[in-house]
Amino acid sequence: MLATLLIVFREVIEAGLIVGIVMAATKGVRHRGLWVSYGIVAGVLGACFVAAFAGEIASLFQGSGQEIFDASILLLAVVMLTWHNVWMAGHGRQMAREMKEVGQAVSAGERSLVALAVVVGVAVLREGSEVVLFLYGIASQGGTTQAAMLTGGALGLLAGAAVSALMYFGLLAIPAGKLFSVTSWLITLLAAGMAAQAVLFIQQGGYLEYLTGTVWDTSWLLQQDSIVGRLLHTLVGYNDTPNGAQLIVYAATVAVIVALTRWERVRHPRASAIPKPA
Amino acid sequence: MKIATRIFAVALVTAFASPALADGPIPVTLKDHKFTPAIIHVKANAPSIISLTNQDATAEEFDSTALKVEKVVAGNSQGNVRLRPLSPGKYPFMGEYHSETAQGVVIAE
Repeated sequence: MLATLLIVFREVIEAGLIVGIVMAATKGVRHRGLWVSYGIVAGVLGACFVAAFAGEIASLFQGSGQEIFDASILLLAVVMLTWHNVWMAGHGRQMAREMKEVGQAVSAGERSLVALAVVVGVAVLREGSEVVLFLYGIASQGGTTQAAMLTGGALGLLAGAAVSALMYFGLLAIPAGKLFSVTSWLITLLAAGMAAQAVLFIQQGGYLEYLTGTVWDTSWLLQQDSIVGRLLHTLVGYNDTPNGAQLIVYAATVAVIVALTRWERVRHPRASAIPKPA
Repeated sequence: MKIATRIFAVALVTAFASPALADGPIPVTLKDHKFTPAIIHVKANAPSIISLTNQDATAEEFDSTALKVEKVVAGNSQGNVRLRPLSPGKYPFMGEYHSETAQGVVIAE
């Protein structure tokens, strides 16, 4: 039961932190709960699908199907996060104005909700497929483990959801004027971390085996598989032994998002009321 | 979009610069949720490949934060786990779905 609890807890946290950031980033936007729910439901369905066809997916690309699949959906999430941040840079002013005119709910951010729903879906799909495979493995052993498995899974889900909720309310405690700026930065670093993780998957698939040497080792300071290390890995892509290609892609992703955001702000000069990463 | 394009451009340029393997793939078998061999010796500072055959009916995830690998191998199938060039040392790994029994270590020397 404890093993089930820990695995479910870990995976739920990893997806839940991303949901928490998305919820905080869309505070006050109309229908955001609906779109985030769509993302979660699609992610759960996708996770079952991926788990059911794990063998078939793995055998694609000369046995590197899983790596290419993981890298592809991560890069999809990176593109969606980038688009959201850039879109917000151009429309933040409009949103702020609508918030004043019609109270809390605004419709301006609704378009970028689609992008964030995709991000939520991808996060749930990645972590969820691992949970499904794990639970299926335990369930197929049969016997008395099933009740314990259900209990452990339910407790893990609750605990993971509680930590994610804590993260969300923690973000909401930030003054409204600074919340957009903070969530924009969080999304930028989230995207960079995902891009760096995608590089690792591409390398594991045998495609980008260049600059694979470890550049530095900070495991003496913070182990990546500790709880804090895992949280930071999910949030900002913390890696205790990054390789050269990962560092380059991480830095380049941050640079591209910041550059596009600035460019968009220049195109919409009056939109700069809401601070963006810069 | 730009990021994806950039990554694939870099991939294209560097695809021909892949470092050569030290040896052929190292065969490892998973049966009854145990790895055989559980201690795997690889050459330090050279990439290597573990060819993992999963003889159990259920999927397993070869998981190691030390090796930076997460690789799902479905039941009754085979998968390659690519290891980056490792500095000398011990790198523990586990089968995440049965971590009580599925434990092992890669030793780079």
